[in-house]
Amino acid sequence: MPLGGVIFITIFVAIFGVVILFAASLFGTRKYDSVKFESYECGIPVQEKKDTKISVKFYLTAILFILFDIEIIFMYPWATTFRDFIKSGEGGYVFISMLVFLAIFIFGLFWEVKSKALEWE
Amino acid sequence: MGHDIFEITINAIKLIVCFLIIVQAVPVLVWAERRGSAFIQNRLGPNRIGPLGLLQLAADAVKFFFKEEFAPANAVKFLYYAAPIFALIPATVAFAAIPLGAPVQWNEHIFRLQGYEINVGIVFILAVSSLAPYSILMAGWGSGNKYALMGALRASAQVISYELALGLSIVGMIMTYGTFNLSEMIQAQQAPLSYSLLGFTLPLNFLPAWGIFYQPLGAILFFAASFAESNRLPFDLAEGEAELVAGFHVEYGGFKMLLFFIGEYGHMIVASALMVLFYFGGYVIPGIPMETLNQWALEHAPDANFASLLAGLITLVCFLVKVVVFLWIFIQVRWTLPRFRYDQLMDLGWKTMLPWALFNTILTATLIYVAHL
Repeated sequence: MPLGGVIFITIFVAIFGVVILFAASLFGTRKYDSVKFESYECGIPVQEKKDTKISVKFYLTAILFILFDIEIIFMYPWATTFRDFIKSGEGGYVFISMLVFLAIFIFGLFWEVKSKALEWE
Repeated sequence: MGHDIFEITINAIKLIVCFLIIVQAVPVLVWAERRGSAFIQNRLGPNRIGPLGLLQLAADAVKFFFKEEFAPANAVKFLYYAAPIFALIPATVAFAAIPLGAPVQWNEHIFRLQGYEINVGIVFILAVSSLAPYSILMAGWGSGNKYALMGALRASAQVISYELALGLSIVGMIMTYGTFNLSEMIQAQQAPLSYSLLGFTLPLNFLPAWGIFYQPLGAILFFAASFAESNRLPFDLAEGEAELVAGFHVEYGGFKMLLFFIGEYGHMIVASALMVLFYFGGYVIPGIPMETLNQWALEHAPDANFASLLAGLITLVCFLVKVVVFLWIFIQVRWTLPRFRYDQLMDLGWKTMLPWALFNTILTATLIYVAHL
């Protein structure tokens, strides 16, 4: 049932944005010359195209994010059901198994810091 | 969206109102920010148009409408125009899932004061708000400007780095309540506070059982990470005007930039609302349980329908007041703290906040396990 609401509000907001941008474009003055369409620069001609070189660190950060984010997502179902497991008497087993998982997580984080993957200079 | 035409209409109106709350809050917040920053810096701020300068917002909106519309020649036109529109969507969709007040019972219909009730509310909100970097990257790439691209890359690297700390800092909170459902979470925070461990009980009946008292470290980490998520100072490396001019929206002007502003302030509103929801009791008035409020409303309203509506509105106001407090903290921090350097920012996210969030998770799990022994 919430899916209908999510789709409705998404489409509504998108239409709102399109309409407001279109309406704003109708009112403004128009005085175009070639200099106006140049990219913003500090008063000099544009030196670099947009596909300039980018530090590989950003790519590395994104990969590490995906790894750790997936590990964190695995903790969510554990966190919700932890109390139920304790009540049914299996708390110790679930707790220990999660500690093993967290140990792997901490080892990964430690290794990542140690291998200087997160050094920005 | 509902069972009959009445419910569908009401639900559609609720969703539109959720969106309008965000859109309408933005000019007020901009005014509060300009005025507040002026007083912090010993200036006067906008005070010419209307009482206290409040009509400055209307003047700004009119000015935005009459701005010239153009895209730079280097721009990728589709991305350039789609980015500001896309910036609105994550904040709105996330905000609509937040319960703003007690449910209203009208005859046989129950209306929740939220866009839609989602059973896994936390996961949904986190998932939707993590779509925000897309609009930043679309703007950065679509502008065809190296400053915009660098700003967008920095912003998205920052947002995804702090998303780890954000996601991990609420694991302890989820463990404390044992649910993903936001309404159940508010229910759980109504009881009076009492700590119990190993057979000892420390009752603190004068305080409500708010999340902040069980998860102080998690609350601090969550709040700090949500600053980074909404690209606010001291984490506004995306804009860093000394190096990158205006970051990813350097090529935007007029209403296109206003839409980015609405998106950014929308994220602030969502972050403050989540802070209130997780750690400060949601819409419940501190010291007054819901039963007392419902009883009071029944005595002061003509019938049960209106009593329910009255209670709903009172809780809505209470929720908004709490949210406003956090929004003010956002503004005050912005005008108090200087900006981090980029390596300090990444170090703080990965090497400080992530380990502390892990520590908080393990500590909470241990305490819950020991408390049930």
